[in-house]
Amino acid sequence: MGLEQFKNRNVGRQDYVMLDLGHTPETGMGKFKQVVRRTVKPELFVGLWVTFREMINALFRGKMHTVKYPLEKLPISPRYRAIHEMLRLLESGHYRCIGCGLCEKICISNCIAMETRYDENQRKEVTEYTINFGRCIFCGYCAEVCPELAIVHGPRYETASEQRASFSLFEDMLTPKDKLDMQKEFEGFGAVSPNADENIKKTPLAY
Amino acid sequence: METVTYTQVETFVNNLPEVTAAGVWIKAIIILAIISAVAGFGTYLERKVLAFMQRRLGPMHVGPYGLLQIIADGIKLFTKEDIVPQNANRLIFMLAPVITAATAFIALAAVPVFPDFTVPEWIPVLGGTFVPSIAADLNIGILFVLGTMAAGLYGPLLAGMAQANKWGIIGAARTAIQFLSYEVVTGLSILAPIMLVGSLSFVDFNNAQAGGIENWIVWKQPVAFILFLIAGFAETNRTPFDLLEHEAEVVSGYATEYSGMRWGMFFIGEYANMITISIIAAIVFLGGYSEEGIGWLTIILKVGFFFFLMLWVRASWPHVRPDQLMWLCWKVLMPIAVINVVITGIVMMV
Repeated sequence: MGLEQFKNRNVGRQDYVMLDLGHTPETGMGKFKQVVRRTVKPELFVGLWVTFREMINALFRGKMHTVKYPLEKLPISPRYRAIHEMLRLLESGHYRCIGCGLCEKICISNCIAMETRYDENQRKEVTEYTINFGRCIFCGYCAEVCPELAIVHGPRYETASEQRASFSLFEDMLTPKDKLDMQKEFEGFGAVSPNADENIKKTPLAY
Repeated sequence: METVTYTQVETFVNNLPEVTAAGVWIKAIIILAIISAVAGFGTYLERKVLAFMQRRLGPMHVGPYGLLQIIADGIKLFTKEDIVPQNANRLIFMLAPVITAATAFIALAAVPVFPDFTVPEWIPVLGGTFVPSIAADLNIGILFVLGTMAAGLYGPLLAGMAQANKWGIIGAARTAIQFLSYEVVTGLSILAPIMLVGSLSFVDFNNAQAGGIENWIVWKQPVAFILFLIAGFAETNRTPFDLLEHEAEVVSGYATEYSGMRWGMFFIGEYANMITISIIAAIVFLGGYSEEGIGWLTIILKVGFFFFLMLWVRASWPHVRPDQLMWLCWKVLMPIAVINVVITGIVMMV
């Protein structure tokens, strides 16, 4: 087998359609004909129609693109890895974290710090738990390694704050007790977006 | 034409309300106030229409539907620092925007804007003053308007040359070639309707087309109408002929070094010119206004349509290269305009 076969990059079905671009006129009469042809062609009016159609679509058919961002937000993919959340057990309302320390161990940027002790029931209790978001690279290992689905990535991507500590304390990340019924189970890294159906389109080349 | 006796004309003239200096003053102030406001509102409309055509919302946050955006813009323009560049010719630099704004408003003096009315008697001092629809009812109105708009060329030209900036110089050069060239097309294209009507007065044009859509000059002179529209776009510096300040090529052209209200005066001048061109096109080609009924609403609709067309075209079409602009003017539009004038003349003679 020769090297030529490997060098051939024109793989695939090779059924390209060559566009007929015409040729540049050379005689004066040819140029004149081209001018007349292009003048009489309704291309400019097609352009006007396209923008007018889009205006009708936007105004009367509810196809306005604008999202008034701070007031409206687009649904975010469940795979998105933003500020962490600490989940609670649905039955008892106790936090799920068992203080095993796996997330602290696996964290490749060493940003998780936790302290634990045994409480009066000889159950591991988390006394300190902070994530240094100045270091965190949002790799998601902590959520992946957690055996209890206790630490997950939430959808909170607006991470501007006056200080890093605003996000990083255990109590801040923990689901508030009164909002336990609104706690959503982490769907996992392979989950599809809630609006996945809307996002499925034909590829642009198929138009 | 039916014959009119001298006495009939005399009684008609005697029954016309007398146009006093006070009336003209009031009219001038009305034009200045309303057209400035409409020009400001035009910027809002332009941003809204362009936004809708790109399926955006446009200004939304200042006031309901962003309606107070013009006030926010005005505050910004008025309070911005008025910078004069170091090497600029101070006097000319500071004077040039005034030329643009002033010529644009002077042109409106000879154009019928808004219906005539009499100030109610109960208003002190001015009560009973007749305010005409045209501030200066010249019998050469079209010539005056075209001439004043042509003089508006000095605004961008001097601004570009005075500001010691290469983009300004290029913008000024483009101003000269574009405005001077398209002045020819405007004049020649409007010459054919002038030949048909036999007058340069807007009122005569209006009366010649009275009595319905079928009398509009656009049906007799479609070529002149299209030529006038194209040239009008070029004269008002609108896309696809916005070469004077096309930011992709010459930053802002003649307006590069301007800031604050001096730049704002260029802007107001440009929008006032758009309104003037729209009014001319509406009166000369599309029948103008009629005094009875909702006649004045129709001309506002026509002017609004032309204004919308300018925004619509800006949203749709790319702009042309300077060499294409010159080619279009001298090799296509000007010959067509001349041929149109000749054919009109032959048809009129035969």
